[in-house]
Amino acid sequence: MSETDSGATGGGPRTTALDAVHRALGATMTDFAGWDMPLRYGSERDEHVAVRTRAGLFDLSHMGEITVTGQQAGELLDYALVGHLSRLSVGRARYTMLCDASGGILDDLIVYRTGEDTYMVVANASNAQTVLDALRERSAGFGAEVRDDRDAYALIAVQGPEAAGILKGVTDADLEGLKYYAGLPGTVAGRDALIARTGYTGEDGFELFVSPSDAVAVWEALTEAGAPAGLVPCGLSCRDTLRLEAGMPLYGHELTTRTTPFDAGMGRIVKFEKTTNDGAFVGREPLEAAAGQAETSPPRKLVGLIAEGRRVPRAGYEVVSAADGSVIGEVTSGAPSPTLGKPIAIAYVDPAFAEPGTEGVAVDIRGSHEPYEVVALPFYKRQR
Amino acid sequence: MSNPQQLRYSKEHEWLSAADDGVSTVGITAHAADALGDVVFVQLPENGDTVTAGEPCGELESTKSVSDLYAPVSGEITEINQDVVDDPALVNSSPFEGGWLFKVRVTDEPEGLLTADEYASFTAGS
Repeated sequence: MSETDSGATGGGPRTTALDAVHRALGATMTDFAGWDMPLRYGSERDEHVAVRTRAGLFDLSHMGEITVTGQQAGELLDYALVGHLSRLSVGRARYTMLCDASGGILDDLIVYRTGEDTYMVVANASNAQTVLDALRERSAGFGAEVRDDRDAYALIAVQGPEAAGILKGVTDADLEGLKYYAGLPGTVAGRDALIARTGYTGEDGFELFVSPSDAVAVWEALTEAGAPAGLVPCGLSCRDTLRLEAGMPLYGHELTTRTTPFDAGMGRIVKFEKTTNDGAFVGREPLEAAAGQAETSPPRKLVGLIAEGRRVPRAGYEVVSAADGSVIGEVTSGAPSPTLGKPIAIAYVDPAFAEPGTEGVAVDIRGSHEPYEVVALPFYKRQR
Repeated sequence: MSNPQQLRYSKEHEWLSAADDGVSTVGITAHAADALGDVVFVQLPENGDTVTAGEPCGELESTKSVSDLYAPVSGEITEINQDVVDDPALVNSSPFEGGWLFKVRVTDEPEGLLTADEYASFTAGS
């Protein structure tokens, strides 16, 4: 056997503050956007199930933090991003996107308002430099400073139904008062942290931004506090299947510079009613056109596909009509779903085939047309 | 991971048992199973198929990747492991025993199959 589909490679990857911990735990490491990251510690399926049923601990220190400060920080972000960030309350977070002048997506982001004049923008590792450069360029004329804080933070996530109970034991923060998509300063294991109720798994959970010098202490405290609840360390492999089940897009797969937020079915995050900058923001005009087209004649729609068989669809595989074999779409992400027990995929398909329950949809899996059921996203939604 | 001494190994990470009445059993090594991650689907040749040494004869699908399965020798397939078709996780949990893949009546064997020690050196550091 030999690998025919493996991850990206490159020379001299960066390591996180938790690198020695990962190696001591026997992690299988992988190069991810120039970072040497844990892919899995043992079985990725067991890690996935742990997050769905108990709790998992992730090192996400490769994510890029950018701080925007100043009296016009909110106005700058309203101009630079598609969201209405100046309207965000202090202590809350928003999912948003950075688009180019033609409306194509440069990255998807989470923005935390950490103070009246301070925001933290969290970018994907692979796009952090692009986001930093774009924010700096777009800050011209605004009373705001864009600071590269990538080296200032390690990021640890604890995710799963037991996450709140585990974190409660090692923090002074009022977790009951912390809503989903909110963040507040506090301590974890006695170390300063920005504690955010966010994540990328479809479960309740927390993301802890800490100083790299505190990362090992925080990780170890959570490991110890979580042991009775069945918390396990988790790698990027299960993070991908968790987000896929939760129907969350991934940059480079569902989201690219060739797609607008409307193409990705996320037009609701584009706020045309912004009141700052006279409503001007980068990409506004093409995004208005994309919004109109999404209403009347969308090029393709993002849907979920569930396999009837066991062969797994992968990114780039063609979606075809079972009737005549014509190409009707493309898979953007696919994996065996541990929760559903079947292969699943996210795909862009022609609108005629996008309705849940549409018959006669197949995926071309290396020459064989395997039948798939069209479903609405997400595949999995946690009980609240 | 220890590789059983009585087996021989290909550089594509298959193992091959000594021929019993001309028939050898084939599987993939623990090293390969570990590198793949959780195996979720296996496609094996069928009984009676002729396979050629060094040529793909099936697929192993794991969470993150799909890999070709190569025939380590040439010959005719005499049996496939239905248990592993039904429960592909056997490849991970028992690569040298319950997770065997197929049996082949060997007609030709390529040069260069490795001993357990040679295979261990081959995979060291990878």
